[in-house]
Amino acid sequence: MAGLTAILLGLGAYLGLVVAPADYQQGETVRIMFVHVPAAWMAMFCYGVMALSSAAGLIWKHPLAHLCAKASAPIGAVFTLIALITGSLWGKPMWGAWWVWDARLTSVLIMFFLYLGYIALWYAIDEPVRAAKAAAIIALAGAVNIPVIKFSVDWWNTLHQPASVVRLDGPSIHGSILLPLLLMGAGFTLLYIWLLLIRMRSEILERRVRTLRINRTHASRPQAQL
Amino acid sequence: MMEFFAMGGYGAFVWSAWGAAFVLLLALAAASISSLRHKRQLLAKLEDIPQ
Repeated sequence: MAGLTAILLGLGAYLGLVVAPADYQQGETVRIMFVHVPAAWMAMFCYGVMALSSAAGLIWKHPLAHLCAKASAPIGAVFTLIALITGSLWGKPMWGAWWVWDARLTSVLIMFFLYLGYIALWYAIDEPVRAAKAAAIIALAGAVNIPVIKFSVDWWNTLHQPASVVRLDGPSIHGSILLPLLLMGAGFTLLYIWLLLIRMRSEILERRVRTLRINRTHASRPQAQL
Repeated sequence: MMEFFAMGGYGAFVWSAWGAAFVLLLALAAASISSLRHKRQLLAKLEDIPQ
């Protein structure tokens, strides 16, 4: 799985950096898009997974659902950070500013803080069941931000360009640019799944460590009293 | 070759964007794997101690 991820990302990077033509308006800076756009897709996708598994965790009380949400959060936060950094590095040469407070940028920044708040909440509450519940509520409340991000470029006047791949009448960009974009997107998705599985395994082990420790202390106490 | 790295004068922006993404994702993967390893060792140690 790690191998397939590396192949997809390597191929995407090669096609994006070497083969794809420079944009007639934006020149070579358009190559930032091949990281920026898939990272932003993943940022939203991870949040979607986090919110849905939080909801599943609250409704069906399955502990794995909460663990899936908890394991997704840092991955989503990193993808959001990448989207923000690469966007900033693209904004400076093309818009003349590292940052503007427009709807798209601001709503993505809010999503980044939602991720951080969600992660912080898990650390702030010691008892796992309560932490899971509180974090799930934050994740669900923040989910209203997702459609805001998606449609921010249509609802408000913005410097940010509107969607050119995911639109009703089909993608409006040429195949030589679309293919590396989709390869990077697929690579990032596989990377996410791979990291998610690693992090979930890690969370399950931590639970077992916790249970073992609690059992030990309970088992050793009566002996200590004797 | 130099032309490729110059990226039409925008090399600094293009390469820092790709570099930042690469470094951040690599750091996340390394942190995730090392945390899993650490927990495996911890669990093995705990399970080794007789009740």
